[in-house]
Amino acid sequence: MSTTTIAPATSPGGMDLTGQKLSLTTLAAIGAGAVVATVLLYVVAPIDSKIQFVLIAGALYLIGQSVASGMVEGARKAVDRFVTTLVYLAFLLALIPLVAVLASVIAKGAQRVSYDFLTTSMRNIGARDAGGGIYHALVGTLEQIALASLFAVPFSMLVAIYLVEYGRGRISRTISFFVDVLTGLPSVIAGLFILSFYLLALNQNPSGFAGALALTILMIPIVVRSTEEMLKLVPNELREASYALGVARWRTILKIVVPTALPGIVTGVMLAVARVAGETAPLLLTIFGNDAINFNPFSGPQSALPLYIYSQAGAPQQVAVDRAWAAALTLIVLVMLLSAIARVAARFARVR
Amino acid sequence: MNIGKRQVAVMGLAMSAVLGVAACGSDNNTASPSSTAGTATGAISCATGSIVASGSTAQKNAMDEWVKKYQTACSGSTINYQAVGSAAGKQAFVDGKIDFAGSDSAISGDQATSAAKRCTGGQLVNLPMVAGPVAVIYNLAGVKDLQLSAATLAKIYSGAITKWNDPVIAADNPGLTLPSTTIVSVHRSDGSGTTDNLTKYLAGAAASDWTFASGSDWKAPGGQGSKGSDGVTATVKATAGAIGYVELSFAENASLSTAKIKNGAGEYVAVSTEATSKGVSTAKVAPAPDLKLTFDYTATTPGAYPIYLVTYEITCTQGLAASQATLVKSFLTYTSSTNGQAAIADLGYAPLPTDLASKVSSVVATIS
Amino acid sequence: MSSESDGQGAGSPRGNGPPALKKPVSGSAHARVSPADLIFKNVTRAAGIGLLVLIAAIAAFLVIEATSALQANTGNFFTTTEWFPNASPPVFGIAALLFGTVLTAVIAMIIAVPVAVGIALFITVYAPRRLATPLAFIVDLLAAVPSVVFGLWGLIVLVPRMNGLQQWLTDYFGWIPLFSTDDGLVGRSIFVASIVLAIMILPIVAAISREIFLQVPNPHKEAALALGATRWEMIRTAVLPYGKPGVISASMLGLGRAMGETIAVALVLPASFNISWHILSPAGNTIAANVANGFSEANPIGRGALIASGLVLFIVTMLVNIMARAVIARRREFSGAT
Repeated sequence: MSTTTIAPATSPGGMDLTGQKLSLTTLAAIGAGAVVATVLLYVVAPIDSKIQFVLIAGALYLIGQSVASGMVEGARKAVDRFVTTLVYLAFLLALIPLVAVLASVIAKGAQRVSYDFLTTSMRNIGARDAGGGIYHALVGTLEQIALASLFAVPFSMLVAIYLVEYGRGRISRTISFFVDVLTGLPSVIAGLFILSFYLLALNQNPSGFAGALALTILMIPIVVRSTEEMLKLVPNELREASYALGVARWRTILKIVVPTALPGIVTGVMLAVARVAGETAPLLLTIFGNDAINFNPFSGPQSALPLYIYSQAGAPQQVAVDRAWAAALTLIVLVMLLSAIARVAARFARVR
Repeated sequence: MNIGKRQVAVMGLAMSAVLGVAACGSDNNTASPSSTAGTATGAISCATGSIVASGSTAQKNAMDEWVKKYQTACSGSTINYQAVGSAAGKQAFVDGKIDFAGSDSAISGDQATSAAKRCTGGQLVNLPMVAGPVAVIYNLAGVKDLQLSAATLAKIYSGAITKWNDPVIAADNPGLTLPSTTIVSVHRSDGSGTTDNLTKYLAGAAASDWTFASGSDWKAPGGQGSKGSDGVTATVKATAGAIGYVELSFAENASLSTAKIKNGAGEYVAVSTEATSKGVSTAKVAPAPDLKLTFDYTATTPGAYPIYLVTYEITCTQGLAASQATLVKSFLTYTSSTNGQAAIADLGYAPLPTDLASKVSSVVATIS
Repeated sequence: MSSESDGQGAGSPRGNGPPALKKPVSGSAHARVSPADLIFKNVTRAAGIGLLVLIAAIAAFLVIEATSALQANTGNFFTTTEWFPNASPPVFGIAALLFGTVLTAVIAMIIAVPVAVGIALFITVYAPRRLATPLAFIVDLLAAVPSVVFGLWGLIVLVPRMNGLQQWLTDYFGWIPLFSTDDGLVGRSIFVASIVLAIMILPIVAAISREIFLQVPNPHKEAALALGATRWEMIRTAVLPYGKPGVISASMLGLGRAMGETIAVALVLPASFNISWHILSPAGNTIAANVANGFSEANPIGRGALIASGLVLFIVTMLVNIMARAVIARRREFSGAT
């Protein structure tokens, strides 16, 4: 750990020309000291948790390093080192759950994923049968996400463009405010809304389309908010340069502003897709679920991966629980793939 | 916008690649022959078409099995049952979105009135179809064959008893050494027919110790909630001193100890499907066609396991669309037949007592 | 709206170059509004208004569906801690649920936002350029994990592992009311649920913060470094002030998600209806988790009650956003001095 921590000390700063510097050995010594101190603490007051061992050792290292640096290199450098270590720790801390969650999904899911699993449905699979697959759910999820993105992304981008480029005054503030409020809407309420509005009031039957509508509601605030943030960050000089060349405002927005912000916007869209791809509750009420393949999102019940995971994970049979983990792995890989594709596409489209 | 076009093209290409990976998906899962399929299919008189149904999660495994057997025997039929919960299923039936509802409790009151509007010319019926025991599971190292009476169970779940070595528990278990571990009582945090039937049992067999109302929501204070039977099972398994209640198949699959429960005859009966069938046979059946059951927890039938749940199929004898009605009738005829009931016996369900099953069959026969 | 103000205000949160420069830009090129411009503007405005209509429709629906349940309620909706809407007569109140919702979400924010900002800084400032993209990708991966999986992981993996830490906290810091327990038991607590929520909102806060830090104009950073600033001083003077409104906005998204998360919380928390500050005790419930728990077996009144609770959540996010906006507004004078 201490070796990684030292790395940035060699990068630019201009500080290294004068004054003394903590050597790598000193930092290693502090690191070792922190671990030893934690072990001692462990002996004095029993600690029966690994998490906490790491936390205490990290905190001790942080203190030791700051004190040492403060004495040798001066206060400014000490603070810099402190923050550097803190940032590294934050990243490592985030990696722990990520690795843990992914490891359990991969470990439990990989053994069940196979060509058969990806290409068969659950039709005629009884409770004890080990067979069956996710093809029907995969088809459903892809179609529902595609539809939801089709509705949500252009709409949300228009809203964001309005808010950033045109919006002044009360309407714009109101819209911006309610976008944030929409993020707090429990996903099941979005499902209930579509249920009562589209399925009951308009007397439609459950379908992939109804599910996509519910997912659209959940995607909108994320896409609007992130697009808005990215558009705001496009430097005004770019707009002004474009106007100076006599380019009309709308063309400036579509040709200069949006493409400049595109990588960030794509990140936002992918986050929104990732978020809704794993939503169970709104789909339960709107797409009904189906064990057989249904390619048509506009007619007849469909299944979806999160719904599939949810129902299989709750079953008593181990074969079903195995299917749930394998489906979860597939879902993560799927979102990853879509995200990677979107990034590549965004790079192509980027204005250089 | 030529930039956009290129982007769209790349996206489209990638999307089709993703779909292409599994482009040859199939619904054909009949390749693996099931050992019992041959014997069961002979009796089915097939109908074709497709119906949708939803409701009780407790009968999901039974439905999956029946649907599989039925669809295998009758090509051209599709039955889509989704386990969304009993109340949601009943509501969907009232809303006219499904052809029959599976439910842990009979439909009644306002809901029955609005549902009956669908049954023009016929009647709204509750058909008992799937019965099963509620197992009491516990996690107590070294303690096997725990025996509990209704009163003791009520005291545990109401919080009147907090330690496993409490004299009340010891009185039920002569000769058993009990640890002083704190009892962690685990109940369902989501609304559930299992909770409904356990609390009905506690209220019916130990009224003086169980002062909380029965129902699908847990009403007693204290204890820990857990979502779904899988959640209860996981929590009990992970917590020393925990006790919980789940459907039999969850207890068996998690290999957790189950308690013997004292019945009206004074015996401590281990949980089993046969003992449950005996228990269900003590229930009072409402006159046909609406075969609602009323449980009698004080019946003195020997060998009967007293905590069970019976789930219903709710549908109309007339008023469904003609094509759907034929398939509903054909499917429910199969499920209430001896073959149908036998098909689900090793999934932790108890076959309906024969006279009850034949009453159900005769009501199903009137569907048109 | 005149073309003058239109041109000048473009992307205005930090759009404050010297006024002398601005006037000719907007004035000369856009003295007249072209029809295409007008159409485009109105299309975007229509979308914005469409969004308001959608939200109004959702809100109206929530109110309509909740009314009959609230009328049937025999308890005080705001002070009752019980939740028995399916009983007759129905008794239910939002107090305990609201308390749990706010508490879990706030703790999750306290954990997640600093870590997320740390991650964003690591990726944009500290990590080698070649590593930055894959690292960002890895963090985004967290967003793809379905919430059911987080819930199962939390229940089966995290809860047992956290017992040691929770026990230690209550043993040594139990004198702080927050860390004391009801009867010595720790387990599926608000604390663990908050950690699960923190992990779940981490990617969204980190990803947006990251994108914002990436947009900090290089001249700002270089100027700071050229003046002899350490890396931290550069971050403090150039990166953070520029990114602060965006980070707050990202945090609000995270908070919204934390409060609205249903299934993961429903799986982890034991769904008890009490108000207790003992965050290590196995107790607690949230509005969204309660909806997930109660929906499938709710009768019409029960469903209305759940929708009423959803309405409360809607209003709470509104209040939170008003507060966040106040914070951002106070920062608005800051100028990025382009």
